[in-house]
Amino acid sequence: MFKDIFEQYQWDDVKAGIYSKTAADVEQALHNQRRTLDDFAALISPAAAPYLQPMAEMSHQKTLQRFGNTMQLYIPMYLSNECQNICTYCGFSLDNKIRRKTLSAAEILQETAVIKAMGYDHVLLVTGEAHQLVGLEYFKKTLQLLRPHFSHISMEVQPMDEADYATLIPLGLHAVLVYQETYHQEDYKKHHPKGRKSSFQYRLETPDRLGRAGIHKMGLGVLIGLEDWRTDSFFTALHLQYLEKKYWQTRYSISFPRLRPFSGGLEPKVEMNDRELVQLICAYRLFNQEVELSISTREQESFRDNIIRLGITSMSAGSRTNPGGYAADRQSLEQFEISDERSAAAIADMLKKSGYEPVWKDWDQVLG
Amino acid sequence: MTQPLTIAGRTFSSRLFTGTGKFAAASLMEEALLASGSELVTVALKRVDLQQQADDLLRHLHHPHIQLLPNTSGVRTAKEAVYAAQLAREALDTNWIKLEIHPDPRYLMPDPVETLLAATELVKLGFVVLPYIHADPVLCKRLEDAGVAAVMPLGSPIGSNKGLRTADFLDIIIAQSNVPVVVDAGIGAPSHAALAMEMGADAVLVNTALAVAKDPVKMAAAFKAGVAAGRMAYEAGLAPTSAQAIASSPLVAFLDEA
Repeated sequence: MFKDIFEQYQWDDVKAGIYSKTAADVEQALHNQRRTLDDFAALISPAAAPYLQPMAEMSHQKTLQRFGNTMQLYIPMYLSNECQNICTYCGFSLDNKIRRKTLSAAEILQETAVIKAMGYDHVLLVTGEAHQLVGLEYFKKTLQLLRPHFSHISMEVQPMDEADYATLIPLGLHAVLVYQETYHQEDYKKHHPKGRKSSFQYRLETPDRLGRAGIHKMGLGVLIGLEDWRTDSFFTALHLQYLEKKYWQTRYSISFPRLRPFSGGLEPKVEMNDRELVQLICAYRLFNQEVELSISTREQESFRDNIIRLGITSMSAGSRTNPGGYAADRQSLEQFEISDERSAAAIADMLKKSGYEPVWKDWDQVLG
Repeated sequence: MTQPLTIAGRTFSSRLFTGTGKFAAASLMEEALLASGSELVTVALKRVDLQQQADDLLRHLHHPHIQLLPNTSGVRTAKEAVYAAQLAREALDTNWIKLEIHPDPRYLMPDPVETLLAATELVKLGFVVLPYIHADPVLCKRLEDAGVAAVMPLGSPIGSNKGLRTADFLDIIIAQSNVPVVVDAGIGAPSHAALAMEMGADAVLVNTALAVAKDPVKMAAAFKAGVAAGRMAYEAGLAPTSAQAIASSPLVAFLDEA
């Protein structure tokens, strides 16, 4: 279990180690063919900032070789904003007085029609955490409803038990995204004071449960802005390295959500600027050539246009972050404000002009 | 100018097989494949819409000289592979299948156990099976016994462009194979392809080296030339090599003088 490895590390020691990296450490990391976690720590350190250009060039080359001139496209479908958790940074938080909404089967199909018309074949189902209303039974029905319409279905919902995942995978669940939010155990509790999500351990062990259940693909990440992003990213990479060796048949992706404004919002404790996000993306690519790196519509247009060459392999476009946002209930409250408002067609056009093929379909249910 | 290649009764004048992934656009892929002269083109089932006749990728592969070779990339078990092959046969109207079972999504290393199981089953079901495998001479013989139409051992990890890192094993495979040997994966330069052909491989399959080249169309033409040159050299019979210098006027020649 990852917990056993995690407990061998102390947050403050890891942080001090990253911030003490020198230019020589960075140069050694850039020189190495097969990079270690220690090399990753050097590449995300402040000492690596002057090396952004060579890092970007290497990241571009490695990404091109592994993924080619292609960009995977996906779109989120928010099913519900019901939530029994209090999360200090989320618009769906229990203490946030908003109108709550959970899509019915008919509404899900309405959303599906709009999403399919955009060209999408990959959908990411998103909910808050409300076990009674939006639990295993709801997910089973939703997967059965959606499976004929999509080749690839991902979920970003509350962590579940291994048996629940084992039930959903044969119904067409291909990927699960579960972000730790932060690996800072004490501060995790400050950000999640109430609800099931307040259990740091249960969340930390979720990827192990997913791996044992045999999920095809798993998404990891932290919410950038809650804690020191370098230290949090080190722990993410540690987690990734552990999972890849243990659950070797699973594919992995990393996302980089930066805290965005929302209704009743928390100011980020730590700001990450664009240069730092580029550094982090490149560091991940130099550390791991195979991991998929994803960027959402949280980021600004011009930034997204440029970042596609630096290591990113999948992106969302034309997103709505409120349940029913595409057709069923356009006015319900969004989870966070998106920055890139362009349509899927406009993003596809931008990709083509940049020499990339937008890939709408890269999986098929017939493959298992 | 070189001998044609026959696999399962179908004759190919080009010994360069190609893949369809990683290109910047389907139209560019089409142009490159036409420049390559390739007559056998593999296409991933996961990338095409089997229900839709107007699939963009398939539309660009619609040429009379190009035979489609659907592949099962993405499956993790023999059972999944057999199911996928059956659907491909129905949807694409071909019983040819490139059998790929790589449960490891990082290095895409083929699973020998599941591959042998699936190949055996698919041959029974009437498929022309071309399995992607590690350069394992014993496995190649086992697959041959199972009735595959060709074997496709890797030259180095897929997409790596590292060339023929498995050359010693490819040599053995080529020497003892009764079915065509198609070197698949790792070929990154026309010189790698030429070397494989000089070694006696029957064909090579190339994708990444074309798709991510600065000019895929020109690179496709370069590979076409490299494969043709390598095959021609093989058929011509390469001059033997020697670790020692062989003088054109040997030192002991006087012994033969009268």
